[in-house]
Amino acid sequence: MATREIGLVAASCLLLGLAGAAWGAERFGIGRPATEAEIAAWNIDIDRDGLKLPPGRGSVTHGREIFAAQCASCHGATGEGGLGERLAGGRGTLASAKPVKTVGSFWPYAPTLFDYIRRAMPMNAPQSLSDDDVYAVSGYVLHLNGLAPGDAVFDARSLAAIRMPNRDGFVPDPRPDVRP
Amino acid sequence: MSDSDTTIPARRRFLVQGAAAAVGAVAGSARAQEATPPGIPDGMKAPGADVGSQTYGTPSRFEAGLVRNVPKGLKQYISASSRTPLQDLDGILTPNGLFYERHHGGIPDIDPARHRLLIHGLVERPLVLTMEDIRRFPSESHIYFLECSGNPGFEAIKGKTASDLVGLVSCAEWTGVRLATILREAGLKPEAQWVVAEGADSAAMTRSIPIAKCLDDALLVYSQNGERLRPQQGYPLRVFLPGFEGNMSVKWLRRLNVSAEPAYSREETSKYTDLMPDGTARQFTFVMEAKSIITRPSGTQRIAPGFHEITGIAWTGRGRIRGVQVTTDGGKTWQDAVLQEPVLNRALTRFRLPWTWDGAPTTIASRAIDETGYVQPAFEDLTAVRGLKSFYHNNAVVPWRIAADGEVANGYA
Repeated sequence: MATREIGLVAASCLLLGLAGAAWGAERFGIGRPATEAEIAAWNIDIDRDGLKLPPGRGSVTHGREIFAAQCASCHGATGEGGLGERLAGGRGTLASAKPVKTVGSFWPYAPTLFDYIRRAMPMNAPQSLSDDDVYAVSGYVLHLNGLAPGDAVFDARSLAAIRMPNRDGFVPDPRPDVRP
Repeated sequence: MSDSDTTIPARRRFLVQGAAAAVGAVAGSARAQEATPPGIPDGMKAPGADVGSQTYGTPSRFEAGLVRNVPKGLKQYISASSRTPLQDLDGILTPNGLFYERHHGGIPDIDPARHRLLIHGLVERPLVLTMEDIRRFPSESHIYFLECSGNPGFEAIKGKTASDLVGLVSCAEWTGVRLATILREAGLKPEAQWVVAEGADSAAMTRSIPIAKCLDDALLVYSQNGERLRPQQGYPLRVFLPGFEGNMSVKWLRRLNVSAEPAYSREETSKYTDLMPDGTARQFTFVMEAKSIITRPSGTQRIAPGFHEITGIAWTGRGRIRGVQVTTDGGKTWQDAVLQEPVLNRALTRFRLPWTWDGAPTTIASRAIDETGYVQPAFEDLTAVRGLKSFYHNNAVVPWRIAADGEVANGYA
């Protein structure tokens, strides 16, 4: 036990001395390994290119049904907004005096729709939709924005293939940008 | 403050308004009930309350009106914010019960014994940590401010009080472990460039943090002002990124995914990006730039001619405040305010300036200068560059207009 404590103190001194410099050597042996199954169960992150999208598929037609039952009460029947955000329309308004930021006008990446709907929607019951249903609702929201036909079916490949109109609309932070 | 204390707001509001009206010594009507000689104060004639009569102490009942500023009439209160009553606080530390709130999916009720942090992705050793594990690592305490990036939006500057305007900033002493220590424990792979943090709330709040910040001053925090985090602040564990916009300090932290790329989550694409007049949006606008506000005298207070101490708070996400200048003549001249020591890195700094009001209408304001030489801009200078639609990162000077009757009001309105 005493040896262990000395080891810890030595490790701490090393950390203080080399903060931000050396890597990998100093460990405390705290915690336990995470298994692949645990990581898979918790990791719900989807990348912008959609490479991490899960298996499954859903149609715009089915998405319309889910949307009417679970989304429209907040977002409006056609995504016009209400208690929840406006989801559709607004194309071409971003540089105007009244910009309307929606999925169609502002969101840069379609896979982010899947990521967000799966993790956080519907607001009263997040993570309750199946992956198939998330594909379907994502597809329907794209359809509401004129980005998918009414008979489209979405899966990992087809969702990742959607090029959002505002994909190139984001720029890095140039601040400080205001001088006295 | 216990729940029962929040159930009688009407009387309290009256008390607070009464207290506000008394600023500047206009308290004549209450004189008859003052504890002046020759009467003996009531508290001296009988023993007071027992030791331990409150096992978790709360403010005096006469301070019961000092509460968070919760907006009325919102469409929903799950994804919303409440503000710190800046104009009624002294010093630089925000009491935990008055710390501002911004939640995206409500406040989860988390049992720390069941809570787990998962670290995975581009690491040599994916880890699961319990709260007990996390508290075993070497710890640090630092005083830092935290500010919401929309404080206030560029088109939301009509509020009446200092709290209405910039009450989404608070400051506390945070205790936890360096994020670098935890990442070292898991072992970063060379391709690691970002760490995606996820909360265990119903928004599964997700933000990507650049690896340089993770290895610099980023913390995983479990205590605030000496006690465990309040549920509103991420109990039992949150990220804390000094100087960065508040939403990135992910609360109720359950997962760190070490990645080569940002997540490009909804919160860092369609939200928390700053729309410019040309239709482009600035992305990954992390740093909160220098800012200040006079908290006394401030909006809805009333002053009488004579001596007043002007006081307020200043802060910068880029380090320390170098100085604060105050104008009492509508911007014609600026004087250096006195900074209260200690002036800390990425913390609120209290400033003060003695002032005698001559009774003539005027406008007072403060502007902060930080250690990089950056000067807090005027609203017109800021919006000349960014327009009015960027919503986030409005750090403009806040003017207070003082009328002939001593009423202090928002100089923007």
